[in-house]
Amino acid sequence: MNAPVVRLEAVGLSYGKTQALKAVTLDIPSGRMVGLIGPDGVGKSSLLSLIAGARSVQKGRVEVLGGDIANATHRRLTCPRIAYMPQGLGKNLYPTLSVFENVDFFGRLFGLGPHERRRRITELLESTGLAPFTDRPAGKLSGGMKQKLGLCCALIHDPDLLILDEPTTGVDPLSRRQFWELIDGIRTDRAGMSVIVATAYMEEAARFDWLAAMDGGRLLDTGTPDELLTRTGAATLDAAFVALLPEERRRGHKNVVMPPRAPDAADAIAIEAEHLTMRFGDFTAVDDVSFRIGRGEIFGFLGSNGCGKTTTMKMLTGLLPASAGVARLFGREVDPHDIEVRRRVGYMSQAFSLYSELTVRQNLDLHARLFAMPPEAIPSRIDDLVGRFGLADVMDALPDALPLGIRQRLSLAVALIHSPDILILDEPTSGVDPVARDGFWQILSDLSRQENVTIFVSTHFMNEAELCDRISLMHAGKVLISDTPAAIVEKRSAATLEEAFVAYLEDAIKQVGPASPPVPPPAASAAKIEEAHAPQGGTRQFLNFRRMFAYSRREALELRRDPIRATLAMVGSVILMFVIGYGMNMDIENLTFAVLDRDDTTVSRDYALQLAGSRYFTEKAPITDYADLDRRMRNGELSLAIEIPPGFGRDVARGRKVEIGAWIDGAQPSRAETVRSYVQGVHQTWLNQKSRELRGKGAAVGSFDLAVRFRYNPGIESLVAMVPAVIPLLLLMIPAMLAALSVVREKELGSIINFYVTPVTRLEFLIGKQLPYVVLGMLNFLMLAAFAVFIFRVPFTGSFLAFASAAFLYIVIATSMGLVISSFMKSQIAAIFGTALITLLPATQYSGMVDPVSSLQGFGAFIGQIYPTTYFVTISRGTFSKALEFADLTNAFLALLIAVPVLLGLGAMLLKKQAS
Amino acid sequence: MRIANVLRLGVKELWGLARDPLMLVLIVYSFTISIYTASKAIPETLNNAVLSIVDEDHSPLSARIATSFYPPYFVVPRLISPGEMDSRMDAGLDTFALDIPPNFQRDLLAERTPTIQLNVDATRMTQAFNGAGYIQIIVTDEIAKFIDRYRGVTAPPVELTLRARFNQELNKAWFGSINNVISAITMLSIVLTGAALIREREHGTIEHLLVMPVTPFEIMLSKIWSMGLVVFVASAFSLICVVQGLLSVPVQGSVALFLLGAALQIFATTCMGIFLATAAGSMPQFGLLLMLFLLPLQMLSGATTPRESMPEIIQNIMLAAPNTHFVILAQSVLFRGAGLDIVWPQLLALIFIGSILFYFSLQRFRQFLR
Repeated sequence: MNAPVVRLEAVGLSYGKTQALKAVTLDIPSGRMVGLIGPDGVGKSSLLSLIAGARSVQKGRVEVLGGDIANATHRRLTCPRIAYMPQGLGKNLYPTLSVFENVDFFGRLFGLGPHERRRRITELLESTGLAPFTDRPAGKLSGGMKQKLGLCCALIHDPDLLILDEPTTGVDPLSRRQFWELIDGIRTDRAGMSVIVATAYMEEAARFDWLAAMDGGRLLDTGTPDELLTRTGAATLDAAFVALLPEERRRGHKNVVMPPRAPDAADAIAIEAEHLTMRFGDFTAVDDVSFRIGRGEIFGFLGSNGCGKTTTMKMLTGLLPASAGVARLFGREVDPHDIEVRRRVGYMSQAFSLYSELTVRQNLDLHARLFAMPPEAIPSRIDDLVGRFGLADVMDALPDALPLGIRQRLSLAVALIHSPDILILDEPTSGVDPVARDGFWQILSDLSRQENVTIFVSTHFMNEAELCDRISLMHAGKVLISDTPAAIVEKRSAATLEEAFVAYLEDAIKQVGPASPPVPPPAASAAKIEEAHAPQGGTRQFLNFRRMFAYSRREALELRRDPIRATLAMVGSVILMFVIGYGMNMDIENLTFAVLDRDDTTVSRDYALQLAGSRYFTEKAPITDYADLDRRMRNGELSLAIEIPPGFGRDVARGRKVEIGAWIDGAQPSRAETVRSYVQGVHQTWLNQKSRELRGKGAAVGSFDLAVRFRYNPGIESLVAMVPAVIPLLLLMIPAMLAALSVVREKELGSIINFYVTPVTRLEFLIGKQLPYVVLGMLNFLMLAAFAVFIFRVPFTGSFLAFASAAFLYIVIATSMGLVISSFMKSQIAAIFGTALITLLPATQYSGMVDPVSSLQGFGAFIGQIYPTTYFVTISRGTFSKALEFADLTNAFLALLIAVPVLLGLGAMLLKKQAS
Repeated sequence: MRIANVLRLGVKELWGLARDPLMLVLIVYSFTISIYTASKAIPETLNNAVLSIVDEDHSPLSARIATSFYPPYFVVPRLISPGEMDSRMDAGLDTFALDIPPNFQRDLLAERTPTIQLNVDATRMTQAFNGAGYIQIIVTDEIAKFIDRYRGVTAPPVELTLRARFNQELNKAWFGSINNVISAITMLSIVLTGAALIREREHGTIEHLLVMPVTPFEIMLSKIWSMGLVVFVASAFSLICVVQGLLSVPVQGSVALFLLGAALQIFATTCMGIFLATAAGSMPQFGLLLMLFLLPLQMLSGATTPRESMPEIIQNIMLAAPNTHFVILAQSVLFRGAGLDIVWPQLLALIFIGSILFYFSLQRFRQFLR
């Protein structure tokens, strides 16, 4: 209890030029509930991710549970004792997996045995009230339930240190209350557990044991809530926090003044909704919602995430056409195609949705122009807004580099640029610090009272709701109550607005059906916990199969839940094989030719007939003159033109030297090449015939036969040559693409954090994720092979076992290549582009599919020699057409065997176990 | 439609691209280094064909034949024993094996018409045909010269003078480089528009646009012109600096006419990119769809293998792909020096396909925005 659970010494962290943490020194006492308070973007999340070991320490020293977290060994030993729940609703959960599967996955990652796992999952789900929803996909849970599920996942391995990053942001007041009761219950059972929570809600922070206030990457003050209040002499923590802020941040802060509305203003109706309903499939997001908002009124919308607030707003703006009901703005029905109405509305969506690639000035300018403001009026309007919102210092900055509060002001400025009559704001202040929030609301107040702008705003904060003229509480798509804040409090005879809301919510939930009330978790016996920790704590294992299969299982489940992806991969490859197998024809036939016959005797016609009789050539109308020849070759009509000189027949008969001219279209060299050898062949045959006719037996001296045996493919069919080469191509591209995206997707969506903070090693992660795609690839392979043999009728002569084993190795290589690409790509676009670049060109051009590798030159030849496709093409052709067995293919197998560890090792080396 | 909006939004797209360095690197790579190496790698005509000779005759004539194959067409032939022949071909080491039987020279001069056997690995289609043709000619030639000297018989009376037009040396790098430019154009224009669209939806910025007085038509047009411009400039640069400059491929026809075709091709493929993005729900699905479309476009457009040898049905299906027409146009204009009078059908086809794709993707795009 005495030693601090976390010690920070001069910890600094920067992202590029932005400094997130500046020399933070802090001892966090153990066994307590510790709150990290402060608005978004002050470095709370960065600090927590450092403590959890998810991010690598840049500057200073971070000691967690008695050891340096920068030390990989210490991290490996302690991470089973730490649980980390990152910021964002269900960010580390897998939306397509069910509630049970999510918790189960974490249980497996921490190496719990099947019985232990099942028992603990049941306990946790019971105690959090999630038991009735075991089979529901995590993505379909409400915000509060997602957070409870996140908590279950965090608690599955009985941690000593629980780190929660803003666990209740975006959660309705009732769920929030339940969440804290749950944590309290857990803490009574496990007295030794330390909990560190980051939060932006000051009212929540009041119940913690110990607080650390942060701002601008620095620590402001620490102490118990009471200490902070007495020190600052403030009544609430909100006020205390403002008082703690440095002077220059506080300057200009004053409480929001909201003058009462002029009584006559209510006459004109600005926004009107009648029985608005929105259904997505069989899910009703908004159910029969009606309201009327007067001109100049501030109308608040409250409710948890996913209750239908955003959907309602989208219907009002015309972004979503309503399934039923009508929405009217200024008496005109909202029509998605009505451009004019949009000019009167300013909309600020929930997520920051300005262009992060444009500077502040460019963003303002772009929007002004899109609203077709007169160009000469734009600069003064921008100046006006910039002055009002205090954006002058950041005009040339990119939005991503700005703190959240300023970004929100910018969003509002953009929404206001065209002086709209109606403002629709979707959670404009979530994550903004109290000072900035007050400033923001002062602007809203001025807009409403002075400029008579109608404001429709949604929020989570009760003190903001109290500023509204009227509010509506929404739950599960329905409006529960709609009135002035004071009237609502009065109706429920509650002390605060929050209490009144919780009461309404409880009523609503009771009507739907009794959800099991939270039960305190039964005490887990300490002995069992020790047992659970023992196996992964001490020993270092190269590969832990349970953890590895945990990833495989999860990936396979996700794949199964997204049947389109799997089907596309399977069906797509078969279609491609058909298209390429049939389309890529190497036997060149139907070559067009025409003759300019200046002789026109039987002999010359015989020569032309010889060509026309060959199966390769198709004769076109005779050429009339050189101009004709030139024209017809230039437009590509003729591949070959033959000119037979005058007196040809006579000269041949006399044995005089004659010259036949032949022109080949060289624009496409490979075809020209073929034409040349065909023509020469036909010419030779004709000559032999002629000389036999002319000289009889005498020609026999020096005659010989050249017997050409086309081996392995006696019919010289393209299919036989192409199909065995197409299979390697398809088995490379699709598995590589799928594997690369599976990792990059986790990075983009945030669940990669589970890899950072759990005991999974890099190799376990990579192999685990790869396995399902290898299985999919093998299925794909079997299907392609079956199609090749039974549908295309390509004879298979060698050892299928050898072919299948090579295919297995090759698919492992292909997926490993995808993993290597994914380790240095951050966005999915880059991953797609990169995979296409690295597979398509080398596999089609450098791997012996068309031109043999031995005939390549330069860098291409080098790639061809090291590219695995080359070797699998050899094996594929060998087993298909050349009746080869394992023993004949030793070298190719060896090459594939070497590639597997090389690529996997490279992937593991490049993959980072911590965010940087 | 307001042109100003289309311009503004397009400029915004360009800014977005300018601030994504990795993407820029990939674009530059695929239009320069990638084209250069790929074109340098393609063998010119028959190149380094691997031939082994089994000489069971050991006569002056067989020795003469064995020494008549040399680089760059052939790798200097290896003399092997009859036993080695099969195993070497099985392992894929040799593409050709020429077997000169015992007493070949004696039988030839004794008018017994002996037989030389040429074994060809027919799974290597491209080399199999041409190589066999070459070998046949070289062997015939050598034997004819030998007989000439031996007997003094006159040369065959009819000579065939072959000339390749438009590309006298049948240098494959010429055509290959243009092909690579075409596939880079196709890949990039689809990826840039399609993936950018999905990303914009995933980040919620597209929604923001829709509450403003901007129509889907304007949004789509702005994406097409801006991304199209990037690809267009890159391909023009690539053609002039990499293909004509570094690779010194002589271009016969009008570069301007080719670029006009390229612009139309880009129009069609950017529309296709938007269409694919609206058809795919997520990035992984887009990635798969991309592969499903890119591969046939590249393999079956007539760039890799000649169109006329494809089955009729594939030829007809591929008429719907813009690449097919663009490849024909590129060949005619750049190598045969064809003018507008010859390639107008291709230009018309590109305009037609582009318009259809534009129409369909606009429909899909409107639904996608819902």
